[in-house]
Amino acid sequence: MKKPAEFYQRDRRWHPPAYARDYKTSVARSPQYAAISLENTLSEITGPVFGHGDIDPIDNDLLSNFAEAGQSPIGERIIVHGRVLDENARPVPNTLVEIWQANASGRYRHKKDTYLGALDPNFGGCGRTLTDENGYYFFRTVKPGAYPWRNWVNDWRPAHIHFSIFGTGFAQRLITQLYFEGDPLIAKCPIVNTIPDPAAIEQLIAVLDMNATIPLDTIAYKFDIVLRGRRSTLFENRLEGN
Amino acid sequence: MKQRLEYLKETPSQTAGPYVHIGLAPGDAGFQIYNQELGRDIAGPNAKGERIRVEGLVIDGTGSPIKDVLLEVWQANAHGVHAHPEHPGDVEEDFRGWGRVITDFETGEWGFDTIKPGATPGRNGATQAPHINLWIVARGINLGLNTRLYFDDEESANAADPVINTIEWQRRRQTLIATRSVRDGIPVYRFDIRIQGEDETVFFDI
Ligand SMILES: [Fe+2]
Repeated sequence: MKKPAEFYQRDRRWHPPAYARDYKTSVARSPQYAAISLENTLSEITGPVFGHGDIDPIDNDLLSNFAEAGQSPIGERIIVHGRVLDENARPVPNTLVEIWQANASGRYRHKKDTYLGALDPNFGGCGRTLTDENGYYFFRTVKPGAYPWRNWVNDWRPAHIHFSIFGTGFAQRLITQLYFEGDPLIAKCPIVNTIPDPAAIEQLIAVLDMNATIPLDTIAYKFDIVLRGRRSTLFENRLEGN
Repeated sequence: MKQRLEYLKETPSQTAGPYVHIGLAPGDAGFQIYNQELGRDIAGPNAKGERIRVEGLVIDGTGSPIKDVLLEVWQANAHGVHAHPEHPGDVEEDFRGWGRVITDFETGEWGFDTIKPGATPGRNGATQAPHINLWIVARGINLGLNTRLYFDDEESANAADPVINTIEWQRRRQTLIATRSVRDGIPVYRFDIRIQGEDETVFFDI
């Protein structure tokens, strides 16, 4: 039997730590003990597989997937597109990408969101798609608004889109957020600033992409996503001693 | 100057936030949008094996249930095979082994129905005791937490499990063991996850 290759170790200093004092909710929701390092087994190398039978083609079009026929949500019409790659810079094809976001006034369609910003009857706020054979994906949506949240008294989230990505193995599972180039709220945000390295934060900032913009129609932002990479050589170590 | 490595860096994680349901379980956020929501069926009717239910709470450092948590489940079938092309062996056509679970917004209780997994291959020819991989995200969790659920009626398999045995502290091993009872003729395994504090659940860096 061919032994499946394992994933590279996750760089825990590139990700936010569990405990981030300025993001108050993390204080009581962060483990205090160190995580136990676990070399991958089949349980971590494998993960769910999705196909076109799981989703509908309209699911990646937030401009129409909740709107009444002939209507559109209010807000700046945007395309968010990019590729899902791994750390070896290889595309990750046929992987599920799911997004959710507030509408243009910063309001979520969620029974727990009570912000003053108005709900938009033509905007649901979620979408999903599978990457193609080159790892490429795209969504059409409106640019989300900033919204206030209870952390410090006067905190506002920068405009953002939540992303959930699978990859091929459960060890690659990732949730993150996309921010927009030029937003002055990014630098002030306690959630953004849970990430210690400014270069890692830049990896979450989508860039205006005029070449992908559709003239007189929709502005494009490019957002590439990188998942953990795998070893190319298959080997076993024999370290036991536990 | 020396040469450069060409690897990319993994995209850094951010919290799933309080409104994760909109994206991953919109029906629970309060609206219908997709023809089918994913992760509702871990083991369809053709999946063989013992039908079980798993229930619990996710508890924060103050001792309170976390009511806006989302868990994902990943497990092998009753023969210890994952529904994935790299795992040799067959799985039943409607066995996916993956599920998505959210809590009751009022109580924080969560639960899912599945089949009890079989033992799976470990590293270096070892065998792993039956287990379910869990991934936990929520507001305030900056990077999803990975843990494993084992079964208290698999005592000898658990004692030989190479992953349980990497945990130095006997007492902490107990945090990974779900306890079985029977309700209305169905085996129910209780698995409370303590994010922080006394009897903090073991989390893995996988
Ligand atoms: Fe958000």
